[in-house]
Amino acid sequence: MNPHPWIPNSTDEYCKVIMEELGIRSIDELFQDIPGKFRIKRDEWDNLEIGFKEPISEYEAWRFIDESLSMNKKLKTIPFLGGGVYPHYVPAVVKHILMRGEFLTSYTPYQAEISVGLMQALFEYQSLMAELLDMDIVNASMYDWGSATGEAFLMSLRVKRGRRKIIIPHTMNPFHRRVAETYLYPHDVSLVEVGVTEKGTVNISELEEKIDGETAAVYLQNPNFLGFIEEYAVEIGEIAHKHGALFIMGVYPISLGLLEAPGKLGADIVVGEGQPLGLYPSFGGPLLGIFAIRNDRKLLRQMPGRLIGLTTTKDGKERAFAMILQTREQHIRREKATSNICTNEALSAIASAVYLSLLGPDGLKKLAETNYYHAHYAEKKLSSLEGVETRIYSGEFFNEFPVRFDHTGREYYEIHRRLLEKGIHGGIYLGNSYPELGESALYAFTEMHTRRDIDLLVEALKDVLNG
Amino acid sequence: MRGVCIVVFRQAKWSEPLIFEIGGDGRIGHIVPEPGEEVRRIVDGINIPEKIKRKKPPRLPRVSEVEVVRHYTRLTQMSYGVDNGPVPLGSCTMKYNPRIGFEAAYDPRITWLHPLQDEDTVQGLLKLLYLLQKWLANITGMDKCTLHPAAGAHGELTGMLVTRKYHDLRGQLNVKKEIIVPDSAHGTNPASASMAGFTVVEVPSGSDGNIDVEALKTVVSEKTAGLMITNPSTLGLFEENIAEIEELIHSVDGLLYYDGANLNGIMGYTRPGDMGFDIAHINIHKTFGSPHGGGGPGAGPVCVKDRVVNEDKSIRLGDLLPGYIVEYDEDNDKYYLLGPGKHSIGLLKAFFGNIGPLIWGFTYILMLGAKGLRLVTEQAVLNTNYFASKIRKVKGFSIPYGENRPRKHEVVVSAEKLYEETGVSALDVAKGLLDAGFYAPTIYFPLIVREALMTEFTESETLENIDKYVERLREISETAYTNPEEARKWPINTSVGRIDEVKANHPKTMAPTWRIYLEKTRK
Ligand SMILES: Cc1ncc(COP(=O)(O)O)c(C=O)c1O
Repeated sequence: MNPHPWIPNSTDEYCKVIMEELGIRSIDELFQDIPGKFRIKRDEWDNLEIGFKEPISEYEAWRFIDESLSMNKKLKTIPFLGGGVYPHYVPAVVKHILMRGEFLTSYTPYQAEISVGLMQALFEYQSLMAELLDMDIVNASMYDWGSATGEAFLMSLRVKRGRRKIIIPHTMNPFHRRVAETYLYPHDVSLVEVGVTEKGTVNISELEEKIDGETAAVYLQNPNFLGFIEEYAVEIGEIAHKHGALFIMGVYPISLGLLEAPGKLGADIVVGEGQPLGLYPSFGGPLLGIFAIRNDRKLLRQMPGRLIGLTTTKDGKERAFAMILQTREQHIRREKATSNICTNEALSAIASAVYLSLLGPDGLKKLAETNYYHAHYAEKKLSSLEGVETRIYSGEFFNEFPVRFDHTGREYYEIHRRLLEKGIHGGIYLGNSYPELGESALYAFTEMHTRRDIDLLVEALKDVLNG
Repeated sequence: MRGVCIVVFRQAKWSEPLIFEIGGDGRIGHIVPEPGEEVRRIVDGINIPEKIKRKKPPRLPRVSEVEVVRHYTRLTQMSYGVDNGPVPLGSCTMKYNPRIGFEAAYDPRITWLHPLQDEDTVQGLLKLLYLLQKWLANITGMDKCTLHPAAGAHGELTGMLVTRKYHDLRGQLNVKKEIIVPDSAHGTNPASASMAGFTVVEVPSGSDGNIDVEALKTVVSEKTAGLMITNPSTLGLFEENIAEIEELIHSVDGLLYYDGANLNGIMGYTRPGDMGFDIAHINIHKTFGSPHGGGGPGAGPVCVKDRVVNEDKSIRLGDLLPGYIVEYDEDNDKYYLLGPGKHSIGLLKAFFGNIGPLIWGFTYILMLGAKGLRLVTEQAVLNTNYFASKIRKVKGFSIPYGENRPRKHEVVVSAEKLYEETGVSALDVAKGLLDAGFYAPTIYFPLIVREALMTEFTESETLENIDKYVERLREISETAYTNPEEARKWPINTSVGRIDEVKANHPKTMAPTWRIYLEKTRK
């Protein structure tokens, strides 16, 4: 076989040197310990559909990918989709830092002395995120918001040993809920749902009825899945605490430019999606699971994930970093570990550290305001369309809200298809998770949806509804 | 052809402050788009209930764009990856990450796609993912794959939950309570089994490095829900008793789980499916060339055999897989997403999967093809055994377990003798390697090898570098036997010297965030 550019010793000369050292005549001798009946024949392997069977050039590979991706439909605007992953502009600097090979191609910093820069970057992520959330301790990342929620629920069961109930709002992101159900499947735990008021936010008296001494945790998502701001977060946290349960909050970090930090609302654990902070939507991954806690020894001991701590060199002279509390983790504690997580989303965490540094406190506030303005502008415009309902609930929303089309006499699916023909991608259909909302869809607006984009949407919808 | 020269290495050393300590009032690093006049006029102000308004802005730094770039560039200069030199971390498969993978993964036609977009708008991406599913099934000898899990351990949890569901659907959950793992297993294996609600039972390895089958027989019972192993094992040895093990586990209706972290040692020679495994995960970020990113992201697809689950045969193991599976409708030439279905364990993350690493891995397989992948394995195995052969001859080092057996993707070297005779430990050896500009092997793992140096060069390391690495280990050994005190001073050529781990972990001084550090130092 020809030498390959990624495999430097794949030349006859080098192979000869190696085989001489090993005293072997054929490479096959190194595989003799694989029992014959398990061996795959050379021909059989060579003819399996794996790539194009033979190595191909980079140009050919690029052409193939390029031609395939040209099958994706080009849209006139970024889709008006949110639901946990949002399109936010990624500053060029973020991508360029991520491209630096010293970060990109490194492993978990097992050797701290030669990886101090990587550890500092991760420590800065933990610290910047702590400021944004107003929480004390943030881990170096989980896979995404959904899995972070699953882990938070499992953690609450360890912290509140013996309790078997977790309360969630009806307006918890249904995808996250599905993930949490999967994580809880092996455990004998019930997820109890609390409904909403006419404001689209948690019904507090229902919560008070349902909570009891069996409750390990109360989860609150803010803004909730339908986009509404949970005005009474503090009260909900107090109710949880009164019954000895943990108060877990799920957040959309961009909203924290305007909304109160969960640390100020009494949260014990905070989870969330870090993707809006400098990561592309990328069809849903890689994302960045945020996981934070209050500084409490009992919580800290049960926290999943990696933690980088600030320390010094042994001589005490220089700042340095270390992976801390590793006795919680799988490589030390094995089956008794707080989680099985090993590879996480470190590079995504660094991306959001760069992003938060670039934006600073003022940039973040402005960004949240622009998101708010765009969504509210859209709401005003959409509500002027005949039969289109944008105020299903009366609560305040941030940058996302449900739109109901029942009175247009059209099914949302049909509206969606017609919009798509015009190059516009509408919101998330809600009928599956929220049948009570009828023919509704959740529309999200960020700084990337400019006034022109929103006007295009409104015009297109008007055409569709009139046509 | 090749010349060994003395390695001189000095890592950059910037006394780089934390980002919080840089910048000044009023500076900004990025201009955020603002709503225009018309939008502001129509919306007429922001109306957020007072109770839930943010009262104090977050204490984020105020830095200009150039300061951010310089700061993080300096931090990268105090880091080390495959782009800098060899990173022979055993079990981690730190191979070269072909840059074409980045170009593909970061194509704006992928990065700007929302996970809930209509299938009709993402046909191109779905085609690539569909092919990847198929290729991975062929590589592993399995029938159906999900690209959903975000990492190896996430794949393991998937596999363990599928195992649980399998026994659940067969009405056996009240009996099937135990998962067997060998004592050489990676920590994620027992941790994943335990997260899925199973009790973990450990089996020892024999001196030949194989699982002790007699010992296995004593723990296999009706309670056995399954077995998790990686083959080749974490010792880099092919598990020779796999046929017997397979029979034993299947005879009690347990499922065989394959930890695919070590696939780099067998591609083109054998496949987990051929060996009788029911479920396997694949670490795209190990075997298939996507980078580790300082700890992630990765991707951990899971593939299964088309095994019958229930009596009337209407449920197959593949129906239990989580996430969304890409299907192809030939008649309409259309790709679509299916799942999670009625019997699926559900979702382990909110959306499809880690597209970036998956597309990087897709590109890797695309460029190599079946034949190229076999070349990868052959060259990785050649490199491992070349290193093993050389290091054996260096005083103080040995290769325990199946001493004369060929290794596959990696070799676990023991510095036990060196430690006993000189007091210089595997940790000291690791630091000595750093000083010469090499990353260290994985140390103190697997747990069954004393003073372990688990070394995996992969196919992408040059012979010259392996020679230099051995040469450095020889120097280290010499120093250990002549001047062991010297070894405890290493490393001195890295950005910082040895770290105070005690201070890092002590409740009084522990500082997991800047705010806690400030609090503690103010007192
Ligand atoms: C043998 C083995 N199994 C499982 C894992 C876990 O994979 P991941 O880190 O992708 O979660 C690893 C990697 O660290 C490994 O080396």
